[in-house]
Amino acid sequence: MKAENLLLILTVAAMLAGVYCAFLYAPTESSMGEVQRIFYFHVPSAWVSFLGIFVVFLSSAIFLSTGKRIWDIRASAAAEIGALFCTLVLISGPLWAKPVWGIYWTWDARLTSSFVLWLIYLGYLLLRRLLESPQQRARLSAVFGIMGAIDVPIVYMSNRWWRTQHPSPVLGGGEGSGLEPSMLLTLMVCLAAFTLLFFYLWRLRCRLDLSSDRLEALERHLLTRIQEER
Amino acid sequence: MNWLNQIGAILWKDILNEYRTKDALTSMLLFGLLVILTFHFAFEPDSLEIEKFGPGLLWMTFVFAGILGLNRAFSSERENDALQALLLAPVNWGAIFLGKMLANLLFILVAETAIFFCFAVFFNLSLGLRLGWLVLITFLGTLGFASVGTLLAAVTMNTRMSDVMLPLLLLPVVLPAVIGAVEATSAAFTTPVGETLGFWLRFLIAFDVIFITVPLLLFDYVLEE
Repeated sequence: MKAENLLLILTVAAMLAGVYCAFLYAPTESSMGEVQRIFYFHVPSAWVSFLGIFVVFLSSAIFLSTGKRIWDIRASAAAEIGALFCTLVLISGPLWAKPVWGIYWTWDARLTSSFVLWLIYLGYLLLRRLLESPQQRARLSAVFGIMGAIDVPIVYMSNRWWRTQHPSPVLGGGEGSGLEPSMLLTLMVCLAAFTLLFFYLWRLRCRLDLSSDRLEALERHLLTRIQEER
Repeated sequence: MNWLNQIGAILWKDILNEYRTKDALTSMLLFGLLVILTFHFAFEPDSLEIEKFGPGLLWMTFVFAGILGLNRAFSSERENDALQALLLAPVNWGAIFLGKMLANLLFILVAETAIFFCFAVFFNLSLGLRLGWLVLITFLGTLGFASVGTLLAAVTMNTRMSDVMLPLLLLPVVLPAVIGAVEATSAAFTTPVGETLGFWLRFLIAFDVIFITVPLLLFDYVLEE
């Protein structure tokens, strides 16, 4: 419990610092204006969505080798949170792209990989929902989680190579070419805040599943006791 | 029985099964013909447009026809609990995977060949020397697709709505193979053959190596009861 409270305090503090930095500390970007501030939430969301699939991969692999239920819970919790942040990326990205690039969407490698990652997350969650037996759900979703996670970097690379074969219609607009120090600091603070938020939500989500497991066990136990007494 | 014999036995069983029912091949082939028919009326393409859109259209047809075939791969095993008998057979489960994968690969390749032949006839495609390249591209692209597809067909066969779930899981995963195959086919369609062909062929080989190894490692967990 103590560790969780500490994590909560750290997360809240980092989130507040992130909001302060993004809106007050970081200077207004000269060519894009205020809208560029979405960057401090967009990039950390993207980071968390990729962190999520990595955690799904690790948890699924550990589940398949040990068969411990907790790792199945960890994988599914990470997938749910990853899917949430991936959705946020796909919403905040176009909101930023429209005023800056003039279009909502372009088939750039990063955009396409985020989109495919989102499809993999949703496929994973849908698969879990459609499998009825818990053992089967754990095993089969772990198999798909591993396949999906391995696929993500390959999708990214194939799109990058595909782009180099076709010249890009959108030039610049990216954040790649060096950041102003105060902007970089803001980004770092926000990345740390979102990472802490991910792990806090992850812990909460896992605990929820463990509690419902315990509740189910208790119900079964009570039911057999009642039947015995009759 | 050694490994190769086991794989061969499973492959032969599936070929015999398909020869007697002809379920997968008929549905894949008819689907392909319908796509060609619809394509003609949707776009009325001239020869330049065929060069531009043909590779993409062909691969979309291959992918969706392939899914029709893959859906049959394990649903036929579920009838009369044939899968249980297969699991009880004294064979390595890796051999079951490879046998089923090769059977799927074979059926999809046969359907693709027929669809491609019809496509070439209906749209007056002159192929000449490029046929060799196209055979190679189709084989490499279909190999990875069949391998991922066989694993995921085994994963989805236990779900409700399994025939809808398979494409939902399969398409995002095989997207790189589709990109590679379309780009390579485009390069092979242009005269002279495009210089990017070699790159995308190597890419397809890398994809195949990864996505045959990983499903082979994971397949045991799918069948475990």
